[in-house]
Amino acid sequence: MSGREQILARIRDALGRGPLDAAGAATLAARLQAPSANRLPAASRGDRATLLRRFAAKVRRAEATLVPLETLAEVPQAVAQRFPQADAVRVAPHPDLASLAWPAAGLAASLGPARADDRLGVSRAYAAVAESGTLVLCSGPASPTTLNFLPDCHVVVVHAADVAGAYEAVWARLREQADSAAFLPRTVNWITGPSRTADIEQTLYLGIHGPRQLHVLLVGTGLVELLEEGG
Amino acid sequence: MDPTSHAFPANVERALADRSLQEALARTAAGFPKKRLEGIATLPEFELVRDQATAIREHVLDHLDWYLERFAAQVEAAGGTVHWCADAAAARAAVLNICQQAGARSVTKGKSMIGEEIAINDHLEAHGITPVETDLGEYIIQLRGEAPSHIVAPALHVSRPQVAAAFREHHLGLPRERPLETPRELLDEARAVLRDRFLAADVGITGANMLVAETGSTLIVTNEGNGDLTQTLPRVHVVLASIEKVVPTLEDASTLLRVLARSITGQEQTAYTTFSTGPRRADDPDGPEAFHVVLLDNGRSRLLGTPARAILRCIRCGACLGHCPVYGAVGGHAYGWVYSGPMGAALTPGLLGLPEAQHLAHASTLCGRCEAVCPVRIPIPAILRYWRGQSWTQGWPGGLPRLGLRAWAWLARRPRAYRRVTALTARLLRRGAGPALARLPGLAGWSATRDLPVSEGSTFLAQWQARRHDR
Repeated sequence: MSGREQILARIRDALGRGPLDAAGAATLAARLQAPSANRLPAASRGDRATLLRRFAAKVRRAEATLVPLETLAEVPQAVAQRFPQADAVRVAPHPDLASLAWPAAGLAASLGPARADDRLGVSRAYAAVAESGTLVLCSGPASPTTLNFLPDCHVVVVHAADVAGAYEAVWARLREQADSAAFLPRTVNWITGPSRTADIEQTLYLGIHGPRQLHVLLVGTGLVELLEEGG
Repeated sequence: MDPTSHAFPANVERALADRSLQEALARTAAGFPKKRLEGIATLPEFELVRDQATAIREHVLDHLDWYLERFAAQVEAAGGTVHWCADAAAARAAVLNICQQAGARSVTKGKSMIGEEIAINDHLEAHGITPVETDLGEYIIQLRGEAPSHIVAPALHVSRPQVAAAFREHHLGLPRERPLETPRELLDEARAVLRDRFLAADVGITGANMLVAETGSTLIVTNEGNGDLTQTLPRVHVVLASIEKVVPTLEDASTLLRVLARSITGQEQTAYTTFSTGPRRADDPDGPEAFHVVLLDNGRSRLLGTPARAILRCIRCGACLGHCPVYGAVGGHAYGWVYSGPMGAALTPGLLGLPEAQHLAHASTLCGRCEAVCPVRIPIPAILRYWRGQSWTQGWPGGLPRLGLRAWAWLARRPRAYRRVTALTARLLRRGAGPALARLPGLAGWSATRDLPVSEGSTFLAQWQARRHDR
């Protein structure tokens, strides 16, 4: 008997039944076909302004920094301001980022996946989640996964329109936008704050294997005013 | 790792005498409960989400065969390979074979309790492949040649000077006189040393917090980012997972993720939660070229048909360890195997058998804090009582304790005799000199650290009767 048959037989034996009948299997398949959300927390609801303010607050609570910007064009300058020591930056080959005026901000930009000694990487988030201040990055030609983990400092550009209330809204969007049944990219990274560890005497320190600093640039019209007035 | 759960009493003696361990336990005692409360405070719906998390895990166990088959089919559809392994030996062979096929010499590892359970490091080393643990806590205990003492914080028992000593011993080629005292210095050195290992590895092995049947994704939850470098940089990604880890949908995974980190570190989410589906795609600029999932049974399917089945709901958050007075007194190593604390005491007898692990079921006051904090409401005290019953049926304990318990059981089922015996004992004790007895004949072990308070003279029931007559 193969390992597979052996394990399945033991499970069925323990459950006191044979393989699920057609009706039982159909019920389960339907659940997977049209997944529905369980209870969503109140923190995932609210109007746009509330969600954006909550997102910013939660990002900061997770020890990351966040700066609101009106337009994408301001991104290189904002990166240079946050990391004044940097002169080079590894940029995700995303159309939003590749075309920006990096040299004007004093940064030599190279596109592509991260290399081992990169100090600074810039990515664009697929989405973000207000309830916990989580960034959602999807691997693909325009979003190398290594950029999220190898550089010392990681900058993530988020469009205000991509900020969802709950994780479930992001799954729904991924399913909706997919052109095939396989809607997930190889890697979906939820990122909530910079790398950290408490493995030395149970005290929390930032920056172990992944980025020591995480900087979020939230881009959208009217954001600067919105995030300032709300605190 | 050869289990020493059968030697639990001796392990406990050693743990209680270990000053460095006792300091570490004292340092962390208050931390976990406080962090959990802070985490829950950020989710007013916590109890409701907990109910749903519990229901999801139960639903999966009811249909485990179907969900596993669906998960495997989706992994294969995404271009991955699933290895069904009935026991630890089969899983070790599968992992070794993958590594040898890949021509691997060096393997990086993210934190995996299944890796500990099947002792994969020893097996790889015996075949000329170097496994490198990359979670800082796991790395520290690998250097020290130890097993994890906590399922979430494996190096909880190690002090800062001990970490520095381990680094000085093993990080050769660095200046001897380098400063290595502050946590920052230790972290930076670990980061630099392990960075080279990440880049050199041919195969990366991670665990899985969940397996998503809907998409064939495996999911890891980490704070360091080591699991991501482990699975992104090498050519091959191997996932070690036990069969009960499957959940139906991404929505169900999201619900469980809302209670997982909150229950232990108090975080709303850990820094990194990663969903991995198959190998890299044709146009991906990075990621592994091959993706393998090693599914381990190792006794879990047998547990599914017993009253201990609810332990299979466990999502390994570690909350029960941080709230257990017994774990807090003796730490994780005393439990003698991979899983410690209340969840370990409930699970290990099912995986290793009662002859090895029956002590663990007795290593509890049944105070119930573990059940009270469990995000998936596992009735751990009930499971421990079940194991106690099983070991009684199998003749353990024997000798005098068995006779004593038999006598007690006989008495406890006969109220009149019980009242008479307790009344007599109370009167006899009253004749003793002081307010408490320091030594009890035949129970020296018990009275070595405790006094028995002497009774007031009559039993509660007798006093109750008397007062009723007074009214």
